[in-house]
Amino acid sequence: MTSTYVATAGEREKRGGKKPDLVESDRMRAENSLGRKLVVPAIVVMLIVTAFPMLRALYLSLFTYSLTAPEDREFVGLSNYLTALTDPLFWRDTGVTVLYMLVTVAVELVIGFAFAMVMHRVIFARGVIRTSILIPYGIITVVSGFAWQFAFSYQNGFVNGWLPFLDSDFNWFGESTPAIIAIMISEIWKTTPFMSLLLLAGLAQVSEDMLEAAQVDGATWWQRLWKVILPNMRAAIMVAVLFRALDAYRIFDNIAVMTAGAVNTESISFLTYRQTIEQFQLGIGSALSVLLFLSVLLIAWLIVKLFKVDLAAARQEG
Amino acid sequence: MTQPSYATAPGARRRRRGRGLAAVAIGVLAAGLLSACSGDSGKPVLNWYVNPDGVTTLTELAKQCSTDDYDIEIQLLPSGATDQRTQLARRLAAKDGSTDLMSLDPVFVAEFANAGWLEPLPEDVAATATDEDVLEGAADTVTWDDKVYAFPQWANTQVLWYRKSLAEAGGLDMAKPVTWEQVIDAAAEGGGTVGVQANKYEAYVVWINALVQGAGGNIITDNEAGKDASVDIDSEAGAAAATVIQKLARSEAAQPDLTTSNEGTSLGLMFGDSPGEFMTNWTFVYKNYEGLIESGDITQEDFDDLGWARYPATVEGEESKPPIGGIDIGVGAYSKHRDFALEAGECVTTSEAQVQLAVNEGLMPARASAYDAPELTEAYPADLLELFRTSIDSGGPRPKSAYYATISAALQSVWHSPRSVDPDKTPGESAKFLKDVLEGKALL
Repeated sequence: MTSTYVATAGEREKRGGKKPDLVESDRMRAENSLGRKLVVPAIVVMLIVTAFPMLRALYLSLFTYSLTAPEDREFVGLSNYLTALTDPLFWRDTGVTVLYMLVTVAVELVIGFAFAMVMHRVIFARGVIRTSILIPYGIITVVSGFAWQFAFSYQNGFVNGWLPFLDSDFNWFGESTPAIIAIMISEIWKTTPFMSLLLLAGLAQVSEDMLEAAQVDGATWWQRLWKVILPNMRAAIMVAVLFRALDAYRIFDNIAVMTAGAVNTESISFLTYRQTIEQFQLGIGSALSVLLFLSVLLIAWLIVKLFKVDLAAARQEG
Repeated sequence: MTQPSYATAPGARRRRRGRGLAAVAIGVLAAGLLSACSGDSGKPVLNWYVNPDGVTTLTELAKQCSTDDYDIEIQLLPSGATDQRTQLARRLAAKDGSTDLMSLDPVFVAEFANAGWLEPLPEDVAATATDEDVLEGAADTVTWDDKVYAFPQWANTQVLWYRKSLAEAGGLDMAKPVTWEQVIDAAAEGGGTVGVQANKYEAYVVWINALVQGAGGNIITDNEAGKDASVDIDSEAGAAAATVIQKLARSEAAQPDLTTSNEGTSLGLMFGDSPGEFMTNWTFVYKNYEGLIESGDITQEDFDDLGWARYPATVEGEESKPPIGGIDIGVGAYSKHRDFALEAGECVTTSEAQVQLAVNEGLMPARASAYDAPELTEAYPADLLELFRTSIDSGGPRPKSAYYATISAALQSVWHSPRSVDPDKTPGESAKFLKDVLEGKALL
């Protein structure tokens, strides 16, 4: 790497996030300039594949535009945004989406951490255990959605049989609450391994010396967890929560497969999909995409503020 | 036998094997590329996107209609109507040159034509595609803005299927045209039920539309104005339609799964121990029940008790408007072989082709002459064939509009569940919601 100085997260924070004063040598300048030249092609590709569609969506969101009636296209300014933001359907779906995000990320964080501890500490059959924990993540979400749909089905599923307090003909997909729970379980089953993988990386960073020192000082297991392990993993936890929260907010596949948005299980992504792909309403669909993008930005910002860690430090970049 | 390669060093052997594999890989790749190129130099291939109804006969038709100039290849679309439409629309919106022919649900024709995705048929071809032989209801589905955009291939319609014994027990004279009110009362009287399609999906709109048109009204008029079309469902006809739905929903004759009912759910209630049912359903019902005799699910006696009559009237004295379905064949506007595709479209929709589809697959012809074919008159009772033909000829299509998907979804949103339908409120509410959605003031 070109960087000659790597700040650890701790050091960086102590300095209040200020950049270290470094004297730039000729060699560093030359390397930086070469670095910039080397990333130009990547930036150009990024602009084409991400910035162009984003700008195009922004532009389209200012029109009423149906793909099947191109002649009726009309500039309406911000009216699509007004329609979306004043429509109860938008807020209902936003509420449902936030619920999906909060519950799944919280549960995944707890289970994922437990799995990470197991993967970190396990002394026998390490490869097998690690692999089996990670298997669900290797399964395509659509497949996982179908598998869980069958599992919850009252006709051929096993879930009703396993739960003694439920009737054998209880229809999980007939009402909102059970349907949302079923979708969440599929989502949690599928993505917890990803969470545990990110947390495992964080666990590996916690210095064994510190843990031993704490143990020598008489700290209990619980104290070591709360006072040593978790604070030292803050950056890793933030990355894990950030990635999963943003992913969870865009939840689509499981809903599409398991309920197709019926019984009020629709998320914002699914609403956007219906407007754009099913109704061919590119204008309002694009406006919803832009709103979705802004919500994701807002969530990212909130999480970064909440954990008070900056991403560059978390990745130990210079 | 060749000399075994004991003498060769393992590394060299691996290298050689690697080279051999690479040569095979290159060969396979080259063959693939060459075959991909051959499409350009050889006979053009026309892609025909079909829905999964009657694929065996459609494949046969594709073979029969392939010529020395081109081959027709079948491409299967998903089973759901929405997915079919989405897949075709995605290709056409991207100006796909390989979408040559497509099987279209009648309601897609106007949408696709308005978007410029369908090649209008040249005048002479259009004249043949909609000549006098084509039943009026079917011919009507392929026209948009005074032009013809597709060839009617087969037509579907709904009739009233019933147990003769139930009609008798309910005291209903089926020789005369019957109304929904009479049917519901007779079913309740006779201890039977009434089967409809009232789940939150397209067929529910088919029912609502037939009820509204049966009362002399329309969901929308001035359809070609697109989103500025006049929304007319808040009318006496709309209220009459809602009255029928409310009456059934509140009646003892309603089936338990009324709110999630579809074309298949009520089939099982016709025979068995119960007094049976009246059921509005598509033409496939006859062959469906006939097939059950052989498997022993029903007896010949049961089957002989099956009756059929014209779709019920919404209001007394006004002729009913049976729903129209079926498939029209459109030619892609961006197809590289439009002339060939037009020729092929004509070939797969001839009277003979329609007879094949009817006899093999139970898909009813859109041409009157096909109903006289001996194969068909042998397979179906004469009065049933005549009922299908007149129903298609005098049926009412769903609104033709570039915004049909929106109109349908907006109606489903307000009119579902059937148990919540109220003649005083529902038509008005749905009209307001539909207007708001079309004007971009509400989300759907």
